[in-house]
Amino acid sequence: MKLLTHNMLTSNIIKGVSKGFPLKIVASKVEEKEVDFVPEFTARMIPKIDWPALRQAAADLGKPDNLPENVVEKYEENEEFLKKTHHVLMELEVLEGELICPETGRKFPVSNGIPNMLLREDEV
Amino acid sequence: MCTPDISHISSNDYNFIYEPAEDTFLLIDAIEKEVNFLQRKSPVISLEIGSGSGICSAFLAKEIGRPIFSLCTDINVKAAEVTHTTGKKNMVQLHAVLTDLVNGLLPRLTGQVDVLLFNPPYVVTPSEEVGSTGIEASWAGGKDGREVIDRVLPLVPQLLAPDGVFYMVVIKENKAGELLIAFV
Repeated sequence: MKLLTHNMLTSNIIKGVSKGFPLKIVASKVEEKEVDFVPEFTARMIPKIDWPALRQAAADLGKPDNLPENVVEKYEENEEFLKKTHHVLMELEVLEGELICPETGRKFPVSNGIPNMLLREDEV
Repeated sequence: MCTPDISHISSNDYNFIYEPAEDTFLLIDAIEKEVNFLQRKSPVISLEIGSGSGICSAFLAKEIGRPIFSLCTDINVKAAEVTHTTGKKNMVQLHAVLTDLVNGLLPRLTGQVDVLLFNPPYVVTPSEEVGSTGIEASWAGGKDGREVIDRVLPLVPQLLAPDGVFYMVVIKENKAGELLIAFV
């Protein structure tokens, strides 16, 4: 699970949970791997990202200093910023761990890099 | 056209996940026919609901030929794992999420999906066969083969980006004409 995927996941599917976002990450195995950097793609992804959630996710993985507090102005032209963002979005992969619902503490396992968002019938 | 490599999927795997068949290739052919149109859209996010082997999303990502965030969901753990591997095998990234349809992806994906793919479980079956998390989930469609399709259709306008496109496989028994009217 890349942090880009994590940025799209919420636990609002649990009965009684209103927002369920962002899910806290407790990772036991993280892989760092280079992925082709295409600045234009990263720039087009940025408006779709929840920035505070991405920063929180990076911090959860022990990489708190990689991203500035806010998206910088004219980010499309700022290759250094785009590169850092690309790294956090695409080059860190949670292979094993848990995603924790911020409201209920319900744990969603991540196994073989795949988050498991399935719920039991009594949770829906 | 270059069909994705799925040689890593063993015959034993196909006891647990749907083996690409005529309907799969129908969807692939539709994507191929539209590839120029799709490339012009410069899609950023694709989503496949029930990706199975992952072959359709792998094909789409390869044909687009530039980075695209390919999200793939499946309710079957084996399918989610194979989808992930199919991406790797084909030098594209398929981001698999184990979930029921798009559970857990809304509201974040609201209005964000540029290309939505869905080869649903469309086979007419007794309703009791719907709801499995095994291979049956890839075909069992319940009454008129519509029970899963009808859970997805209301989500489509919510998921699609303003100029997003949606491809779905249906059969005559799904009352295809009626389905089209729902979208006019």
